[in-house]
Amino acid sequence: MKLSGSEIIIQFLQDEGVEYLFGYPGGAVLHIYDELYKQNKIKHILVRHEQGATHAADGYARATGKPGVVLVTSGPGATNAVTGIATAYMDSIPMVIITGQVATQYIGSDAFQEVDSVGITRPCVKHNFLVKRLEDMAETLKKAFYIATTGRPGPVVVDIPKDVTAPNIKIDYQYPDQVFMRSYNPTVKGHPKQAKRAVDLILSAKRPMIYTGGGVILSHAEQELIEFTQHLGYPITNTLMGLGSYPGSDKQFLGMLGMHGTYEANMAMHECDVLIAIGARFDDRVTGDTEKFCPHAQIIHIDIDPSSISKNIRVDVPIVGDVKTVLSGFNEELKSRKEKPDQKALAKWWDQIGKWKAEDCLQYDRNSSLIKPQLVIEKLYEVTGGDAFVTSDVGQHQMFAAQFYKFNKTRRWINSGGLGTMGFGLPAAMGVQLAFPNEKVACVTGEASIQMCIQELSTCMQYELPIKIVTLNNRYMGMVRQWQEFIYESRYSHSYMEALPDFVKLAESYGHIGIQIDKPSDVEDALKEAFDKYKNRLVFLNFITDQSENVYPMIMTGQGHHEMYLSSASRGLA
Amino acid sequence: MRHIISILLENESGALSRVAGLFTARGYNIESLTVAPTEDATLSRITLVTSGSEEVIEQIKKQLNKLVDVVKLVDLTEGEHIEREMMMIKVRTNGKDREEVRRLADIFRGRIIDVTDSTYTIELTGNGAKLDAFIKALTAPILETVRSGVAGILRGEKALHT
Ligand SMILES: Cc1cc2nc3c(=O)[nH]c(=O)nc-3n(C[C@H](O)[C@H](O)[C@H](O)COP(=O)(O)OP(=O)(O)OC[C@H]3O[C@@H](n4cnc5c(N)ncnc54)[C@H](O)[C@@H]3O)c2cc1C
Ligand SMILES: Cc1ncc(C[n+]2csc(CCOP(=O)(O)OP(=O)(O)O)c2C)c(N)n1
Ligand SMILES: [Mg+2]
Repeated sequence: MKLSGSEIIIQFLQDEGVEYLFGYPGGAVLHIYDELYKQNKIKHILVRHEQGATHAADGYARATGKPGVVLVTSGPGATNAVTGIATAYMDSIPMVIITGQVATQYIGSDAFQEVDSVGITRPCVKHNFLVKRLEDMAETLKKAFYIATTGRPGPVVVDIPKDVTAPNIKIDYQYPDQVFMRSYNPTVKGHPKQAKRAVDLILSAKRPMIYTGGGVILSHAEQELIEFTQHLGYPITNTLMGLGSYPGSDKQFLGMLGMHGTYEANMAMHECDVLIAIGARFDDRVTGDTEKFCPHAQIIHIDIDPSSISKNIRVDVPIVGDVKTVLSGFNEELKSRKEKPDQKALAKWWDQIGKWKAEDCLQYDRNSSLIKPQLVIEKLYEVTGGDAFVTSDVGQHQMFAAQFYKFNKTRRWINSGGLGTMGFGLPAAMGVQLAFPNEKVACVTGEASIQMCIQELSTCMQYELPIKIVTLNNRYMGMVRQWQEFIYESRYSHSYMEALPDFVKLAESYGHIGIQIDKPSDVEDALKEAFDKYKNRLVFLNFITDQSENVYPMIMTGQGHHEMYLSSASRGLA
Repeated sequence: MRHIISILLENESGALSRVAGLFTARGYNIESLTVAPTEDATLSRITLVTSGSEEVIEQIKKQLNKLVDVVKLVDLTEGEHIEREMMMIKVRTNGKDREEVRRLADIFRGRIIDVTDSTYTIELTGNGAKLDAFIKALTAPILETVRSGVAGILRGEKALHT
C-alpha cells in the first residue's frame, strides 16, 4: 500500500487503535488535518487551546490506561502544549504528542512559526523524535508509542516537518507490529534473591507500613496490592498519586500521607520498623525533612525506574521491576511460607494506630453557617455513591478532594501531582468523559484554577460533555493565602482574586447550566440537581465557601512526619 | 571523587544534547566530554569526566542509562583503565629558548608539529596530570592551548560493546 506521510500518520494511528486525537490545526499540520477530514475512525476533539489538548489526552490516559494522543501545529501550537507535556512527564503518564514542524529545508532559518520543539521539550519528555525522512515515519511513530507505554511511562513528542507529510509523495506502508531498540529495555522482573530478602524482612516486621504510589496504578497492580496487603493485615497509606489503587474505605487504609496527609498515616510512617514502598518516589511533599524520615525503619523499595531508587532516601532492599510482576512474586512466596507475621506485635501496632486515628485529624466545623469546602466534597462523595471520576485542579480544593473523597476504585482520582498544574482539571475531565460517556465525571476546582483553561467550556459544548464542575469558590488562591498566613504573617500579596466573573452567567453564555450555592443546607440538593436533573448537561456549581478555611493536617517545610499542624488552634500541637 | 564514564550512544542527531542537557538540568558537574563515532557508524562513544559524592555519581549513571539513546555505559574508574588526552600547544620561541622547548618536548615525549620563525606548536599525549605538568614546566610564553578532553578504555579483555 503506497501512502503519503499524512496518510501514514492517520493509518498508523488507526492501526494502533487510537480512539481520540486531541488537537488544534495550523499551517504545519494542514496536510494531516486534510487526511483526518477524509476518515471517520479516529475522532478528533477540537480544543480551544493546545494546553487543553494535552491535559485532555492526559486525563484520557489516566482514566483508561491507554496512551493519550495529541496533534498540534508548529511554533505557538507546540509551545502551548509544553505545560501539558511537562504535567504528564512529572506524573509518568503515557502520551504521544505529534507536533507539526516547518519544512525540512527551512529548519534553522527562523522560518514562520518555527521553534525547536525537540529542544524545548527535551527536558520534559521521556523521549522525542524529529522525523526527517518519510521512510522513518511509521517506525518512529511505533517507537513513540512503545516508549510512551512501557517501563516507566511518559510523554513522547514526534516532531514532523510539513514536507514529510506532503500528499503527493508516497511510499509503501506496513504497520510495524513490533519494534526493537537495542538502547531501550525496561527491566520488569525484579531480582529473585532481593525478593526473598524482602519477604524475610516483611515477615519479621513488628511495626510494618505499606506506602504505595502512582506506580501501582501505572502497573495495573491493584489486585496484587490488595491481596498482598490483606494477606499480611498490615496498614497501608497512599500518596496523592496512588489514591484509589487500594480501596479508600477499607479498614487497613490510613489515608494519604505527606504534607497534607492524615495524622495516623504520617505517625505510622514515623514509627514503623519496616517500610514497604511500592511504586512511589519519595517526593519531598511526602518525606518532609529527609533527615527525619522514617528514623526507625528498614526500607524495601519496588520501582521500575532504577533512578527512583535511593534518589532522595537510601533504601535497604531495592527491587528494580514492575510492581505487578514483583508483587505477584511476593504473594506466591508469602503463600508458600510457613512463618506468619508476629500477630501479637501487629495487634499492638494496630492499637497504637487506633489511638492516632482517634485524633480525628480531618475534623472540621460542621455547624458553620458558611459552606465549608470539606462539606462539599463529603456531599459529592455521598451523592455520587463514591464512584465518580473526580478530576482536580491545584490548590486547597485539591487537597480537600484527596482527603474527603474516599476513592474505592482505581483511576477515578485524576490530578496533577508532580507539576501541580492549575488549569488541568477541566480539560482532563473532558478526556475522562469522552472515554466514559456514561459515567459521572466531576471536576473539583477553585475560582483561580478554573480560569486557567476556562475556554474549554466551549469544547464541552461542542461535544456535549456533561461534566459537573464543582468550584470551591473562596475568592482566594487559597493554597497561596494559607502559606502567606502561616509563613508571611498574613501578608496576602496578590493572592486575592479580584474582579471574578459571574460564573453562573459565564457557564450559561457557553450554553451550560450554572448554579450558585451560598448556604450549607443547599449543598446536597444542588449536587443532586446537577447529577440527576441535569444528568446530561454540563453544570457549573459555584459553591461560595468559607474564605478563611485552611488545609489540615500540614507538615511545614523542614519538619518531620511527627511534627504536623493539626488545626489553627493547635498549630504545633503534634 | 573524579569518575570517568564511557558511554555508547546511538549516533542520532540530538543524542549528544540529551547527555549534555541532563548535566545542566540536574546540576551535575562536567569536567570534560569527548565524543566521536566508533568503528560502527551507528554508534558514538562519549568519554565523560565528572565528579561528585557516591550518591551523585550513582544518580548520574542511572539517569544516563535512562536516556533512550544510551546503549551502554561503564564507569572506567571502577576498574583498571587507561586514560589519554591529547594537547596541542603553541608557544612563542625566540633565540635560545627554542632549544630549551625542544628538549622539554622530548622529555615529555611530545612532538613539534609546526614551526615558524617565532613559534613552535607541540603535540603531547598522556593523562591529564602529564599535560598539566608540561604546561607548568614550560618557560616560554604560551600563545594557545587546545586539549581534546579525556578518552578512556578498559584494560585487558574487558570491553564496552553492544
Ligand atoms: C498542592 C499539592 C500538595 C501536595 N501534597 C501532597 C501530599 O500531602 N501527599 C502526597 O503524597 N503528595 C502530595 N502532592 C503530590 C506530590 O507532589 C507528588 O506528585 C506525589 O507525592 C508523587 O506520588 P508518587 O510517589 O506516588 O509518585 P508518582 O509520580 O506517581 O511516580 C510513580 C513512581 O512509580 C514508578 N513506576 C511507574 N510505573 C511502574 C511500574 N510499572 N512498576 C513499578 N514502578 C513503577 C515510577 O518510576 C515512579 O517512581 C501534592 C501536590 C500538590 C500539587
Ligand atoms: C499554573 C500555576 N500557576 C501557579 C501555581 C501556584 N499555585 C498553587 S495553588 C494556587 C492557588 C489556587 O487557587 P484556587 O484555584 O482558587 O484554589 P484554592 O487553593 O483556593 O482552593 C496557586 C496560584 C500553580 N500551581 N500553577
Ligand atoms: Mg480559591
